[in-house]
Amino acid sequence: MGETYNKLLKQTKNEIMETNATQADDLLCNNRAVRLIDVREKYEWDDGYIPGATHVPRGFLESRIEETVPDKNTPLVVYCAGGVRSVFATKTLHEMGYNDVVSLAGGYNGWKNAGFKTVKPQTLTNAQQSRYSRHILVPEVGEAGQLKLLAAKVLLIGAGGLGAPNAFYLAAAGIGTLGIIDNDQVEESNLQRQIIHTMDRIGQYKADSAAKAIAGLNPDVNVVVYKERLTAENIERILPEYDLVVDGTDNFETRYLVNDFAVKYRKPVIHASILSFDGQLTTLLPYDGPCYRCIYSDPPPAAMAPNCSEAGVLGVLPGVIGLLQANEAIKQVLGIGNSLAGRFLLFDALEAEFTELKLRRDPHCVACGEHADIDDLIEQHKRGDVLIPACRIA
Amino acid sequence: MSTVKLPPVLRKLSGGVKEVKAEGQTIGEVLDALDRQYPSIKTQLLTEDGQIARFVNIYLNDEDVRYLQGLVTPVATSDTIVILPAMSGGK
Repeated sequence: MGETYNKLLKQTKNEIMETNATQADDLLCNNRAVRLIDVREKYEWDDGYIPGATHVPRGFLESRIEETVPDKNTPLVVYCAGGVRSVFATKTLHEMGYNDVVSLAGGYNGWKNAGFKTVKPQTLTNAQQSRYSRHILVPEVGEAGQLKLLAAKVLLIGAGGLGAPNAFYLAAAGIGTLGIIDNDQVEESNLQRQIIHTMDRIGQYKADSAAKAIAGLNPDVNVVVYKERLTAENIERILPEYDLVVDGTDNFETRYLVNDFAVKYRKPVIHASILSFDGQLTTLLPYDGPCYRCIYSDPPPAAMAPNCSEAGVLGVLPGVIGLLQANEAIKQVLGIGNSLAGRFLLFDALEAEFTELKLRRDPHCVACGEHADIDDLIEQHKRGDVLIPACRIA
Repeated sequence: MSTVKLPPVLRKLSGGVKEVKAEGQTIGEVLDALDRQYPSIKTQLLTEDGQIARFVNIYLNDEDVRYLQGLVTPVATSDTIVILPAMSGGK
């Protein structure tokens, strides 16, 4: 190292405060306001960092630190690999008005050698950086959001009209695990709307057919296939494995089953249904918004509830509504935007008209109301004597 | 007269019409007027004791009338009433 550099380093060290790994650990444990700033290069960060640190490379320190730490009174511990770059970074931060900054002497290496904990960041592979580049460019998603999507586990109930667009777009978005439950087989009459299936897969299980389409689209997605009907017997084996549920079923029995177990296990449900030219959807967030029983405590009699195989459906309708479901699912995973919880969104395809209605939690709801006994309701399902409508609470 | 939007399952009673005008000072009166226009529509929506069936929601503009005054909720001519039974289709 040059003489001037050594002189500058010595001089700068005299102008700033340093701390060692043990003192820094004490500080971090005792003061939650302290922020750790890692000023190393990305390749160094990717190799491991101190838990809780925020990465602001030295070269971007001046331009990014005010966005990262807006309050200049925030106590900061700055570190690099060996404790040299952080000395200069600390001085810069002082000059920018941060008044409580210390440099970690010995840096990351000293911290690690002293036996303190480090973590390795999850990162996208080069192939993933390329595949998800349009997500990464959106600040609300970014690399961190894409990692959330890849870590997410979404259960699709039904691989039919609503399930097909959900499966395609959630897989394309990089949802890491997609469970698909459907015990139907592909029929020719499905192909007018269930676009994930193909002519050559007629007769195959829809769950298998969807898995094949996804395998051809995105190898990042682990598809878990369930060629069975969702019942009170198997739902507790399946549902708890997932972060959220996309309900694309075609019957009330399954909808109430899904609702009640989702309330029990506190899983968000992206609910939608379609008929003819009309679709409707909402997001059900257990205890944070209405559940399905809050909206409709009882299912209608058969005469008032034709399904698509009886009343027909415009082929594009499940596409429109299914993609609105996928949008809700992705927002829910990322924790961004406003969900449809508490709002019923209706779509009339003929008029090209959306209507939004308010939904409220029902204090008398038998699943999530003030006096509800969800465990008892679950037991009723298991005994097979849950009556739809479910038994009323006295 | 307020505007009433009918769901697909009731349109067979209305001859396919999905939006109708109906007289009435309250939700109940609007349903009575609707029933005169399309006989038996009310029996599909109300229980035997005259309450709104639990599988049907009736919205005054965007608010469920159960959280207003139910069947006696006042209705203005500029209001839109949406009748929405539960719907299960997904495939």
